[in-house]
Amino acid sequence: MRAAGISLAGVLIVVVARFITAVRGLWDGVAPTDEQRIYFANHASHGDFVLIWTVLPRRMRFATRPVAGSDYWLKSRLRWFIGCDVFNAVLIDRERVSRANDPIRIMTDVLDQGLSLIVFPEGTRNATEARLLPFKSGLYHLAKARTDVPLVPVWIDNLNRVMPKGEFVPIPLICTVTFGAPLRLAAAERKQDFLARAEQALLALSPKATAP
Amino acid sequence: MTMPHRDLLVVLASLLAVLIVASAIGYALHRRLSPDGQNAVVENLNDRIRAWWIMVVLMGLALIGGKTGVTLLFAFCSFAALREFITLTNTRRADHWALAAAFFIVLPVQYYLVWIDWYGLYAIFIPVYAFLLMPIIAALRGDTDHYLVRIAEVQWAQMICVFCTSHVPALLTLQIPGYEGRNVLLIAFLVIVVQMSDVLQYIWGKLLGRTKIAPRLSPSKTVEGFVGGALSATLIGAALAWMTPFRPLEAAFLSLVIVLMGFFGGLVMSAIKRDRGVKDWGHLIAGHGGFIDRLDSVVFSAPIFFHLVRYGWSAT
Repeated sequence: MRAAGISLAGVLIVVVARFITAVRGLWDGVAPTDEQRIYFANHASHGDFVLIWTVLPRRMRFATRPVAGSDYWLKSRLRWFIGCDVFNAVLIDRERVSRANDPIRIMTDVLDQGLSLIVFPEGTRNATEARLLPFKSGLYHLAKARTDVPLVPVWIDNLNRVMPKGEFVPIPLICTVTFGAPLRLAAAERKQDFLARAEQALLALSPKATAP
Repeated sequence: MTMPHRDLLVVLASLLAVLIVASAIGYALHRRLSPDGQNAVVENLNDRIRAWWIMVVLMGLALIGGKTGVTLLFAFCSFAALREFITLTNTRRADHWALAAAFFIVLPVQYYLVWIDWYGLYAIFIPVYAFLLMPIIAALRGDTDHYLVRIAEVQWAQMICVFCTSHVPALLTLQIPGYEGRNVLLIAFLVIVVQMSDVLQYIWGKLLGRTKIAPRLSPSKTVEGFVGGALSATLIGAALAWMTPFRPLEAAFLSLVIVLMGFFGGLVMSAIKRDRGVKDWGHLIAGHGGFIDRLDSVVFSAPIFFHLVRYGWSAT
């Protein structure tokens, strides 16, 4: 009964996401396969992982878990249901990072079960005019902890216009989710070099990067 | 629900027959010229035929469903078209409420007014009320950057995607003496003439096309294609007079108007696409671009066709 409710909610969210955004997944440099990956995406809205989830083929959805801040997703029963039950999010505490509560450890535990992750290396939603906020170091530490898992950049386009931070009525606009060629941490690559490379790889997928 | 009119069933059966023939030809071409999908023209043709199937089936179901079916179908088309249009505009954060109103208030209200046949209001709802109220909503947010451009774009989007499109279901509200219960055939007539004109222009253009009509807007459109397509679609329209309240010569005249408006509507929408640097409005239908790419000619011809018929044939 509960499982049926969860999968119904999942279907409903996908239908609504398609209705509002007519979202298309563009696999540009990487194919939708079952390979284990860390997807890292730009973050403008709470709907970001909904869109990634929507464009992933069905069997990949259940093997891919978004990483999200527990401060937001544990705030109400509805958010708990959507975040934990429907999307099976990996919740991390952004405020009190300690050795007992090490976010990298929580994420590598999930990777060690063979699952893929969706992370937002900006660390928070981008409400600025800049296309991308500087990456936090989490992506580097994650890449260093599991060097064998490829990191796939994912550019989510237009969702910031659908639902800007602070608005609650979405505007229907067409969105795309572009998956780019995978990255790996090079041997002896320095933290800032790797993070700069990852930012560039992600920005290169933005349609505005090619438009005049 | 009443039984669909016999004429409508004849029209739908003929369309299905045409599609079956088209699919058979497409399959034969695929087998002979492009077994591994290497011939782009053949593959594109087959994509188009597949999309035609979807459109004819949807249109057919809507027409059989009568007023409710047609109104719902075109309300959804308006929604999808508006979504494509607004995606390409310069809207900003401050337009959020004006845009929400366009999608969730103006669009449903317009189609509701058409559905209840309140001509006096649906004919002016967007040109007067939305026109004056939307800029007020946007102004209240205080962001004046590109203000005129932003509100003009939103108004234009609503006129094209909602107001003009809603004149297709509005055809059902016309009261034409001696034509009661057959109004869905007016929609079938409009859509068939417009779409035949598009297809025939494409075919004439491929066969004879040499002189480009508007090379900057639409490199595939040629004078030969346009003239051939317009004339042959007008003839087809005249031959379809039996399903309309018009005499053959009248049907030919109205078809010519529909074809001309459709053609120039396509040019106008191409100009907007060039301005925005995109090739298609969207990617909803394989081989056909977005909704607006399919709707543009209908959108431009529907209001004119509606008003000509209302003036010349309707009792109200």
